[in-house]
Amino acid sequence: MRRAEDMPQGWVGSSPVRLDGLDKVLGRARYLDDLTFPGQLWGRTVRSTVAHARIVRLERDPAFDWSGLTFVTAADIPGENVVQLIESDQPCLARDVVRHCHEPLALIAGPDRERLEEALAHVLVEYEPLPAVFDPLASTQIFKHYAYEREAGRIDEAFVRAARVVEGRYRVGHQEQLYIEPNAVCAVPRPDGGLSLHGSMQCPFYVHRALQRLLGLDDDRLAVIQTVTGGGFGGKEDYPSMIAGHAALLARKSGRPVKIVYGRAEDIAATTKRHPAVVDHRTAVAADGTLLGGEIRIVLDGGAYCTLSPVVLSRGAIHAPGAYRWPCCRVDARAVATNTPPNGAFRGFGAPQTLFAIEMHIEKIARELGLDPVEVRRRNALREGDVTATGQRLRESVSALAALDAVAARAGPLERPPRGARKRRGRGFSLVWHGAGFTGSGEVKLKARAGVELTPNGCRVLAASTEIGQGTVTVFSQMVADALGVPLDAVEVAVPDTSRVPDSGPTVASRTCMVVGGTLAGAARALERRLSAFAAESFGGDPSRVACRGGVFREGARVLAPYSVVAGRHLAEHGPLRIVEQYSHPPGIVWDDDEFRGDAYPVYAWAATAVDVEVDLDSYETRILRAVTASDVGKAIHPVLCAGQIEGGTVQALGWALLEELRHRDGRVLNDRLQTYLIPTALDAPPIETILIENGYRHGPYGAKGVGELPMDGPAPAVAAAILDATGALVPELPITPDRLMAALGKDPA
Amino acid sequence: MSATLELSLTVNGETRTATVAPLARLLDVLREAFGLTGTKEGCGEGECGACSVILDGELVNACLVPASQAQGAVVTTVEGLAARDGTPSPLQQAFLECGGAQCGICTPGMLVAGQRFLDGGAPATDAAVREAIAGNLCRCTGYAKIVDSIQRAAATPSPPPGERAGVRGPGDR
Ligand code: FES
Ligand code: FES
Repeated sequence: MRRAEDMPQGWVGSSPVRLDGLDKVLGRARYLDDLTFPGQLWGRTVRSTVAHARIVRLERDPAFDWSGLTFVTAADIPGENVVQLIESDQPCLARDVVRHCHEPLALIAGPDRERLEEALAHVLVEYEPLPAVFDPLASTQIFKHYAYEREAGRIDEAFVRAARVVEGRYRVGHQEQLYIEPNAVCAVPRPDGGLSLHGSMQCPFYVHRALQRLLGLDDDRLAVIQTVTGGGFGGKEDYPSMIAGHAALLARKSGRPVKIVYGRAEDIAATTKRHPAVVDHRTAVAADGTLLGGEIRIVLDGGAYCTLSPVVLSRGAIHAPGAYRWPCCRVDARAVATNTPPNGAFRGFGAPQTLFAIEMHIEKIARELGLDPVEVRRRNALREGDVTATGQRLRESVSALAALDAVAARAGPLERPPRGARKRRGRGFSLVWHGAGFTGSGEVKLKARAGVELTPNGCRVLAASTEIGQGTVTVFSQMVADALGVPLDAVEVAVPDTSRVPDSGPTVASRTCMVVGGTLAGAARALERRLSAFAAESFGGDPSRVACRGGVFREGARVLAPYSVVAGRHLAEHGPLRIVEQYSHPPGIVWDDDEFRGDAYPVYAWAATAVDVEVDLDSYETRILRAVTASDVGKAIHPVLCAGQIEGGTVQALGWALLEELRHRDGRVLNDRLQTYLIPTALDAPPIETILIENGYRHGPYGAKGVGELPMDGPAPAVAAAILDATGALVPELPITPDRLMAALGKDPA
Repeated sequence: MSATLELSLTVNGETRTATVAPLARLLDVLREAFGLTGTKEGCGEGECGACSVILDGELVNACLVPASQAQGAVVTTVEGLAARDGTPSPLQQAFLECGGAQCGICTPGMLVAGQRFLDGGAPATDAAVREAIAGNLCRCTGYAKIVDSIQRAAATPSPPPGERAGVRGPGDR
């Protein structure tokens, strides 16, 4: 650890103690449930118990004592009964029809949690069942359909020329984000008829717009304030808009602050999950493993409402060809409706699903041709100058081969037990890419804004981007401190509060560092230029030669004044100074939404993973012995936090590979507890070796490309490949449970 | 209304009392009656370890302990790990330096479990540390930097007994 005084500049690339760390280790950080609000009530949600039905009766049991309790149904909604997102199909409270189990029907608030629990059982609901669909392949309702091609005219010919045509179907199931802090909000009514909403969330402006629409409130009567957030992983991207709406309705009706904190079972059952997917590949390959052409079909299970499915689908569709060159290919992708709780954002956002499929398919191709799967990857890996399936020429920062080579070199030889042993060992590799920032024209449409505000000693960062554990506050401060030329502790980061900060967009898509960080660094540089000119004018000097470094303005080597003197004088003479800038997409990045063609992302992060496993042929259980990853993130602004993202994402992905699957019966979630939905413990998680590759991106701040989602992509297929290596069984479906492995080995899982 | 319990226990070196329902959970007593919100609730079922505290020398999940069972007990929570002047303990310092905390929601429980392990004095091998925190779930870190943190703290000389707020010094009771 270095102190600010010792290291006046060069914060970027160093690993200072995270700025929110001390509060967290002392137990002082206040999460939503740690806050008390005077006169606060608790809120609970009445949920449907059937998957698809008409509601014929929804009323309070007259025999129950409802005094002191507030009851809210759809009829109490002052604005529109929708959860604002891409489509307006999801009601905040179901009105006539329920489309999935656990769907919110009504709300109750009261001062006493035990009485609320009793009251929940006294809401009388009767249904008239409607037919329900649970198999996405049987669904006829399509939320979104994308189809795109590269050199379509050559596809038929590729199949004719092929030495071999390889086909495969790959499937993945529902995964729960399982942040350790469940969803939690508190809505506080204000005397002016407005509302303040505090909560655990990733995207304060999503919640802001959702509440505006639900309540019909204008901007100045609404503030959405993020509290310290105990993990998100996508699970607090869109769902907080729902629970915030519920708390707000109860608060408006009762006139009191209303806190809703989900219990674990409710959180698992009712909130969004990773989309299950079915991916079909049909590929023409040459005898040496060269990909000649292919067809990919993707079906994502969107659940009962559209939520974020169209954007999850587009990312999934673009990543489906993997980190490989395809002379020609065709991708058809659809997100369909089923009568299960809606699926939404989860770290990786569609890419882990389709990357699992292509990586397993590469394994299958290698096996059918008798080739080394790493060699097949190497032969086909994208290189600088190559063109992707959407027609994007990769001009810079392409590290597929570098990542693969780094992992292969680090992994070294694998010790295998003698032939015939009941415990077999194997090693698997994967190679992935991950588009940085929003897909396609997302950033162009969003027009993210972020900025800095002058303070007497430095500046305050103004952005709606949230700290959810990944290190936003620290990484922003490092970039801004370097751009402004001040010590790290001279930078503060404002609490994301929609009434005080500009809309820098949602904290998703690995965009926070690259897009928002870059915008902030630009604003901080603009502030530094403004103050340098002012310092030159006030203290004498040539403005073009004045700069701030280490908290001191100098003209060349000559000291003009400390930062605090210049800032103090500027504040006294000119008053508050805020510089807010809008993100601008790099020049030459062009995406065509209608044709689904062009530069899908400004740049890509790349990663290779090697996993060693031991498979017990008596119990069919798999133990992960070791994981090695190499990740090209452009620039690690904070190497310790960056490695922390990779390690955490890797273990989440290993959980998905072997353990994690939410199961349903008739649309009802079966395993809604931590006893039944297992995530990796410290004993399940292997030692992880993390190699950071810094192949800088010209338009990223200090070269950074983003890292948050990348580690979710590669580990699961590497586990499956390692199991294949150990046992000879290709299990095409995640998670690879003992039953599935037995079935793949041709054993009867009786 | 059911009977109530006059509860008295030592928390982080101080005697605390509260009138609670006998079946109230120790977790609620700590968080609501004493305002010690450092101890978190992640599941309420003894599965996640976010509510870990040390009770009479044993690591327990405060969500599973009825208040009546804590009568007269000595409890250490995350708030009791630092020195009385607020200086982080060696373990807390190691979490800061190694990156052992991300979102921080599991951190209080991890620190308490880690401290219990360090207090036991067993060698901090990778396997032993992982075993010690096996009841504490973390979804952010992949555990690697938590294991590093505990191992680093194990290699750091610990402060003299009594310095830590949560440790009973001579004559504290
Ligand atoms: S809250 Fe006690 S173990 Fe999870
Ligand atoms: S740091 Fe977030 S759960 Fe452990």
